[in-house]
Amino acid sequence: MSRRRRAAAAAGGVLVVMVLLALLANVVAPYGFDVLDLAHRREMPSAQHWFGTDELGRDLLTRIIYGARISLAIGLISAAMSAAIGISVGAIAGYAGRWVDDILMRVSDAMLSIPRLPLLMIAAAVLEPGVPMLIVLVGLAGWMETARVVRADVQSIKTRDFVTGARALGTSPLRIVLRHVLPGALPAATVATTIAVGRGILLESALSFFGVGVQPPTASWGNMLYQAQTTMTTEPWLGIFPGVFIFVTVLCFNILGDALSDPGRRSM
Amino acid sequence: MSFLVRRLAQTIPLLLVVSLLVFALIHAAPGGPLSLYLDNPNVRPEDIERLRRQLGLDRSLVHQYLAWLWSFVRGDWGFSYADGRPVMQRLVERVPATLELVGTSTVLAVVVALAVGVLAAVRRGFDRVAVLGAVAGISLPVFWFGLVLQLVFSNALGWLPSSGRSSFGATGIGDALTHLVLPAIVLATAQAAGWSRYLRGSLVQALGMPFTSAARARGVSERRIVLRHALRNALLPFVTVVCLDAAILASGAVVTESVFAWPGIGGLFTEALAKRDYTVLMAFLMCGSAAVALLNLIADVAIHALDPRTREAA
Repeated sequence: MSRRRRAAAAAGGVLVVMVLLALLANVVAPYGFDVLDLAHRREMPSAQHWFGTDELGRDLLTRIIYGARISLAIGLISAAMSAAIGISVGAIAGYAGRWVDDILMRVSDAMLSIPRLPLLMIAAAVLEPGVPMLIVLVGLAGWMETARVVRADVQSIKTRDFVTGARALGTSPLRIVLRHVLPGALPAATVATTIAVGRGILLESALSFFGVGVQPPTASWGNMLYQAQTTMTTEPWLGIFPGVFIFVTVLCFNILGDALSDPGRRSM
Repeated sequence: MSFLVRRLAQTIPLLLVVSLLVFALIHAAPGGPLSLYLDNPNVRPEDIERLRRQLGLDRSLVHQYLAWLWSFVRGDWGFSYADGRPVMQRLVERVPATLELVGTSTVLAVVVALAVGVLAAVRRGFDRVAVLGAVAGISLPVFWFGLVLQLVFSNALGWLPSSGRSSFGATGIGDALTHLVLPAIVLATAQAAGWSRYLRGSLVQALGMPFTSAARARGVSERRIVLRHALRNALLPFVTVVCLDAAILASGAVVTESVFAWPGIGGLFTEALAKRDYTVLMAFLMCGSAAVALLNLIADVAIHALDPRTREAA
């Protein structure tokens, strides 16, 4: 097994554990989600509270495990949505060509030239979204990269002989794209989607950090940091641990994406 | 020349699409641009009605969009909701601080990316470390990285100031530099990470080209082959990527300036966001996108001018 494969296997393992923790939060979390313990507020990490407690005496580890649900859900579902849009747009643009391609790619270029985070921050401030709407916003802001790589693959595949052959047999364009062309573009789309998961988690955390993302009392890794930033000097653990979880999760998704991409044309 | 005209002609519809998006976004607010006043019990309904007429919000959306676009193009960007001053003035006074930070971090990132990229291309062992470092750099949550650096270098060690552009009353260069160190490092990290991988990639490609074999056959030293022959060819795509990443840089600047209370445009953006100061936000997005589009344009034109190979295809 190559070094890259081993790294990817390790990253995948970490992610599986993370997802299991999130799914089984009510079983594995050491305390209840909203159990206040006013006698033990702002406590340093200890044997009872591995990551310490916050200003209401809530166990930080418990909140991080529950926060994983929200952060991972936003990353995964928004990436799936970006993939659906990106693959459709890329396939249509690449296969249809001409003015359809022109229009779709101009829109995609325009979206790419708007700084993504500020755009989402304004959208979130204006719409004051709940978690489902937040997922939609992050998903809508992340399809362009996928569309680009899929379009490039579709353009090169559609000139191949087996596609011409299928066309000569009278196969409908929709069927040609779905059965013959798109499977060839899937590897690139998978890489783009894996990277989009990490980006989605980072975007959620940034939005929540600025107070326009996930709103308390729901916990996400980002809004835990938002609440911790003012007490960073006195209770640093409240800010450090959620950030470590964001970092490690995003890192694992990026390592996976890197390993999935063909070594010959790594996109890093 | 015709290339430049054609590229410019592509940029204008792009900016129009951007402007439509920005406009639609602001008007998606429940209650529209005046939503801030709707919740304020001190603002009477008749005042809101008057403001609505004054601002032209009672006209059709198409009319409003065209009017807004026309005044924006002429440089009339309206007034800040927060303090009533012209938006352009508020943005312009923040430009120097942002240029200082973004300029420093970009130079820093380019230097690091060049060193790491070249080393990674020629030393396999170093490459393994460099890959991990690059993936880690891309995965760091920018604001959290900033907070941790503040915690370590300002609060624990006390080596560097944690925020602002200068100490109160201080004017020296040394003071300015110490304030610049942490935000510049934070902003440069993600940039350097991506760029070093890209440079390594194109260097490895250049080192596999026939002209490097030819140079080797002529007995040119390996050092000279890498630094003169290969690097020169790898540099052009590298410069393009540096320009194309401007949009990511803009996002990074917003976060970094906010964490370090840096008095630049990014800081202005987060202030405006907290106050729902829509005129400032719209101007920020328009200028940011226009700057990104402009940098992309420059990158394309530079490549076209410097690399004859790209001209044949067009």
